[in-house]
Amino acid sequence: MARNKILDSFAAAIADIPDGATVAFGGFAGPGTPYNLTKALLEQGAKRLTCIANTTGGAHQPRMPDIGMLVENGQVAKVVCSFTAATRPTDVLPFTPYYERGEVEAELVPQGTLAERLRAAGAGIPAFYTPTAVGTELAEGRETRVINGREYLLEYALPCDYAFIRAWRADAAGNLQFRLAQRNFCPLMAMAAKTVVVEVEEDILPAGAIDPDQVHVSGIFVQRLVKIPPAPEGLWTVRRQERAR
Amino acid sequence: MDRPPAGARTMSSTETKGWDRQQMADRLAREFQDGWIVNLGVGIPTLCSNTDIGDRDILYHAENGVIGYGPVLPAGQEDLHLVNAGGQNVSLNPGAAIVHHADSFGIIRSGRIDVTVMGAYEVSAGGDFANWKVGSAKGGGIGGAMDLAACARRVFIILEHNTRKGEPRLLRHCTLPVTARGVVTLVATNLGLFAPNGDGFAVRELAPGISFEEARAKTGAPLTEEGRA
Repeated sequence: MARNKILDSFAAAIADIPDGATVAFGGFAGPGTPYNLTKALLEQGAKRLTCIANTTGGAHQPRMPDIGMLVENGQVAKVVCSFTAATRPTDVLPFTPYYERGEVEAELVPQGTLAERLRAAGAGIPAFYTPTAVGTELAEGRETRVINGREYLLEYALPCDYAFIRAWRADAAGNLQFRLAQRNFCPLMAMAAKTVVVEVEEDILPAGAIDPDQVHVSGIFVQRLVKIPPAPEGLWTVRRQERAR
Repeated sequence: MDRPPAGARTMSSTETKGWDRQQMADRLAREFQDGWIVNLGVGIPTLCSNTDIGDRDILYHAENGVIGYGPVLPAGQEDLHLVNAGGQNVSLNPGAAIVHHADSFGIIRSGRIDVTVMGAYEVSAGGDFANWKVGSAKGGGIGGAMDLAACARRVFIILEHNTRKGEPRLLRHCTLPVTARGVVTLVATNLGLFAPNGDGFAVRELAPGISFEEARAKTGAPLTEEGRA
């Protein structure tokens, strides 16, 4: 009997997330970002979460549901991100005051190391050495090793309980296809997580409707699919407003 | 007074002083050699993909796995599924490809990026640079900067020559936590093009209306005229 992976609502798709879960959020600057699942998690209310993502969000307008809102909602114990501050020092992320006051922990990870730690978790590799961050504050007191004359830093895999990702197309078997820059961290998080929940832009297709050669993430990695309803009920990527300099 | 023709960027020194953001990017983009794979970081560096590169074959790489992109598109023409490292909606050039983050950083760590262009808070005479953390902050914004700084074949920096308070950003030694040491070979600022040389910076070129004396006064390390164009 076919496994049913298609759910009717975002609330149903994330209802079982317990307090203390580790959740990865896909996306890079909009594309691939699971706004609808994040909004549902705000409403669901699970606490003491560890949130893994490129950034905690909130640096741009219009603001969309993000990890910063989960922090503001008292749901987050720790974040693992490549940005815990904005690139522009004058921008203050909504997350930042909570971090400064010690109410949330943060682990700052270079972006390529974050990607590779997720990939390693999904690939059954517990740790690896990378040249990134050697000689910086991030490497202080940590294990390094010289291999072929170059110093490398030991990094550990980053497994997750759940991954929230957004895809362009999906079929009933859970196979995913992304469009353009949507892909980013999404395939890596799908591999790293025990339970993968996907918000899907197009109508979910019958199994077999996506050419197997065009599948970016195998349905093996995907447990739950929810079609994004039309706006305003469903949240869609919007153009960032240009900021005055 | 006659107005310069539309689009003209070369004006007399009495009318312009220094380079604006796009001109800084344009000047640095002139240094990209035919066949290079060029990574552009957040901020002013992303403006390099707007520069006319003539018949040079340059492939722009963004850390989010977008390879072979072109100029930023105006509102109404953009595709919201397509962004560069700065989250700007860009176009794709023929031959473009999209990969996921692990492949994108595999390209970076394996040494396939000929040059990465990044913004920074400070650059030192020894080629160190700082761009992820300001002194007072508990957190930081690293993004892909450390991967790129450690693994790209060259690191070019674009930044305003001075802070808003007028303090120099080109220094003998960085005061902020560094992103990488000894990697920067070329720096474009609003005042000109400079190369760290260990003791200070060599002036490669001064922007229109900028004197050597002014550049020296605004730089926090010795400035030399060697190699001046």
